[in-house]
Amino acid sequence: MQAHFAELAALANQISGFIYPNEIELQWSILIVIYPYLTGLVAGAFILASLEKVFNVKELQPTYRLALLCAMSFLIVAPMPLQAHLGHPERSLEMFLTPNGNSAMAMFGFVYMWYLMLVLLLEIWFDFRADMVRWSQQSKGLKSLFYKVLALGSTDISEEAIAFDHKAVYAITVVGIPSAFILHGYVGFIFGSIKANPWWSSVLIPIVFLFSAIVSGIAMILLIYYVSSLVRGQQPKMPCLDKLASFLLYALILDFSLESLDFIHRLYESEESIHILSELIVSKLFLSLTIVQIMLGTILPLLMLAVSRYSRLPAELKRIVYVISAMLIQVGIFSTRWNVVIGGQLFSKSLRGLTAYKLEMGGQEGLLAAIGFLILPFLIFLLLIRILPPWEDEKETVAAAIEA
Amino acid sequence: MSFLRGRLGRSKVDSSKQAVGGNSPVKKRNLSIGKVPDQAVRIGTVFILAIGAAVALRQHFIPESFGELGHYRANAIPVIAGAKLHYAGWQKCGECHEDQLNKKMGGFHKALSCETCHGPAYDHAVVDPTDTEATPKIPRNREFCLTCHSYLPSRPTGFPQIIELQHNPMEPCVKCHNPHDPAAQAEAPACSGCHGEIARTKAISHHSLLRCETCHATPPEHKENPRQNLPKKPTNREFCGQCHAEGTPTSGTLLGVDLSTREIPKVDLATHGNTYLCWQCHYPHDPEGK
Amino acid sequence: MGDKLKRRAFVRKIVEGTASVVMLSVCGPMRSLVGASEEAEAPAYDATKHYYGMGVQIDKCIGCGRCADACKSENNVPREPFYFRTWVERYVIDNEREVHVDSPGGGIHGFPPPATEEDVLRSFFVPKLCNHCDHPPCVQVCPVGATFKTQDGVVLVDQDYCVGCRYCIQACPYGARYLHPEKHTADKCTFCYHRITKGMLPACVEVCPTQARVFGEIKGRSSPLHRLMKMEEIQVLKPELNTEPKVLYTKLDGEVR
Repeated sequence: MQAHFAELAALANQISGFIYPNEIELQWSILIVIYPYLTGLVAGAFILASLEKVFNVKELQPTYRLALLCAMSFLIVAPMPLQAHLGHPERSLEMFLTPNGNSAMAMFGFVYMWYLMLVLLLEIWFDFRADMVRWSQQSKGLKSLFYKVLALGSTDISEEAIAFDHKAVYAITVVGIPSAFILHGYVGFIFGSIKANPWWSSVLIPIVFLFSAIVSGIAMILLIYYVSSLVRGQQPKMPCLDKLASFLLYALILDFSLESLDFIHRLYESEESIHILSELIVSKLFLSLTIVQIMLGTILPLLMLAVSRYSRLPAELKRIVYVISAMLIQVGIFSTRWNVVIGGQLFSKSLRGLTAYKLEMGGQEGLLAAIGFLILPFLIFLLLIRILPPWEDEKETVAAAIEA
Repeated sequence: MSFLRGRLGRSKVDSSKQAVGGNSPVKKRNLSIGKVPDQAVRIGTVFILAIGAAVALRQHFIPESFGELGHYRANAIPVIAGAKLHYAGWQKCGECHEDQLNKKMGGFHKALSCETCHGPAYDHAVVDPTDTEATPKIPRNREFCLTCHSYLPSRPTGFPQIIELQHNPMEPCVKCHNPHDPAAQAEAPACSGCHGEIARTKAISHHSLLRCETCHATPPEHKENPRQNLPKKPTNREFCGQCHAEGTPTSGTLLGVDLSTREIPKVDLATHGNTYLCWQCHYPHDPEGK
Repeated sequence: MGDKLKRRAFVRKIVEGTASVVMLSVCGPMRSLVGASEEAEAPAYDATKHYYGMGVQIDKCIGCGRCADACKSENNVPREPFYFRTWVERYVIDNEREVHVDSPGGGIHGFPPPATEEDVLRSFFVPKLCNHCDHPPCVQVCPVGATFKTQDGVVLVDQDYCVGCRYCIQACPYGARYLHPEKHTADKCTFCYHRITKGMLPACVEVCPTQARVFGEIKGRSSPLHRLMKMEEIQVLKPELNTEPKVLYTKLDGEVR
């Protein structure tokens, strides 16, 4: 307690101008930055997976199952930083017991459950069911039982049954696309609907969140596809990478246009809050907004992708450019989330001063905990691909073997 | 990471085994209902059970008073309303300390609550008057009075304020002022009795030495029947010009003020301030000046 | 005028009703719709017969900070200068029309002389507290129903139910809420609910030496607050946000945010 007060007293010295006395303590820490970052990856990965299924983009087939499992791993971790950040984590189920129908946050719980249960789990189950049945039949003992339980005891891998699975996956994907839009649009709405905060309060925020989500999701799948191919000793398929890079470029252009529109709109309308927001951008957010988010995280990868996609670079070089761009984009989108969540709390609602945030190393809301929450989805992903191997080539070999 | 690589080979072996053996004729239980195939029935059942269990559990855990008065626990209200009291209220103090209260009620501090200066007194006044630890404090130091009465430009004009360094520095206020009846040292009690705010403003202004009657000729009946017998107010620029026009005396005494003590700002009435009357720009009870 | 107001209230009800129906359809039936007005307090106090508000007269405030001090004593608010249910701000507008605001320690220990004394154009104190909005954004965003508006118009926090998500703190435009460092729940002014339900005044009103704060019934009863609303020009903080505060200010300067 005393240490906490000492921290706050130190923060009080970094304040410029006037802030309301209750505003010295910054309420939403780095854990709340991670949460929209993770849900963004979920929505983006799913939307990419849907492209293959619904719009029949054949080049992306190798990434379909990767994208589904990746979305699943991030979705499992997404609520954890929220939970860890609560003052009373043991009371969190109240959000489902007595949800306030007017609260964006309460409704998010239901959107999340809907998405986790009815979209992702179902889609993965139907997509992997035939495989799970086969794996159960091909193995013995515990492993066989495990897959049998996962398949819920179903054993039917007749052509009609598999045709039904495909139909179900298609239907779920059709429902899933708007669900993914809602999932992350809703995260944007949690911020965008706060009229007290001029940095957040904007109708464009949910849409900007959505497109930045798509950008981050595609970039993440590109990285995962590239790395997993390398680890498995295979050459990543160039048409697939090219297609990913194209979609990444389109999404990035849209995202950047929307963000610029938001920015220009605010600047041109020049409302009461413009003075303090300008001060914020040129001082406390200069590094994370101007340098990292806009320069390194948007404009640079945009140029790199555009040049490499439409020039005749050798495939090896192209791949490297794609991967570097995707990594830059991840950093850029993370700082986008940072600039929204932390940036929105760095100025006083009196619009007369700037507050301060000091990122601790340890502790429940420190940097180490944050890194933990960022690594955890990858561990879950490794576990998931072990349980449900998503490799398409393997499927083909299995199919070929059965035929033979 | 080796399993990533190994998986491929192993399943090859597995699948070839299966290819040789073919589908074993194990009896399969088929749960299909009409056109809904087996696997859809299975997953559907799991979901319905899960959702059903969640709904049933939810009903069980909702707090009992939730929703009685609105979307909240009605039982929270008596908890909040039952919080411990610390301030008793001045009426409670008066039950025992009637003399002090009556004295205070007749003076300038009449609107002040006892606990404003003496601190929270519920434990003393209601719980246990003999508990010496709960006995309210008596602030006697100068700093405490200055919390309200030191001069700050933000304070409303008319509120009695002192400039700390000029007003008997270092002396405790209680030496001269009884906090329960702090008589103001005003120069014309007859006027300031009712117009205290103006009197106190004027008292720290450049016009502090002017008597109220200098500018406001006041019929004696004003004190008995104020609204029907209003004092006069100056009506023209020339009135202020008696002191402030160019060419008026700069030495000797003027309207009772010794001119050697201060310099009076002078203006040319013909050109200064256009057609405005003096008090449209200057507040006579606290005129800004050199 | 009355018709216009009624119409506006009607339109709002429809809009709010539709919004909540849409949201409710997502999460299923909820018991909150049952608006039974059962008595929860001691029988002597009938919440339905009151509707509270507070008047704050800027031109009477002397910036002594007794209110902020008394509030901390009465409500066991941590003494550290990061947690306030009420505080006093000082506005100094200099001759360049630049606005300087400060509130050292919430004003609890009074105010030092301002740095810009020579150039003061106008200056005044502004006591701040929870506005007990009639249309409270904090209640709107609370995910679990742990903060709510009572029948007598006071916005309260259920300390035994709050999950500590701090969404309400973000949603309050007035900075009136904080996270209690020991309870780990949101905390704020209650209008001294434990006092007013016993017929006493809130602690800040009790100790105010100049009657700058006036507490009372906001709806048509003869009370000091009612008289204030009748005789003075009333302003509220940030009216453009449509929170409809029940803390009413007189002589409020346009610079105050």
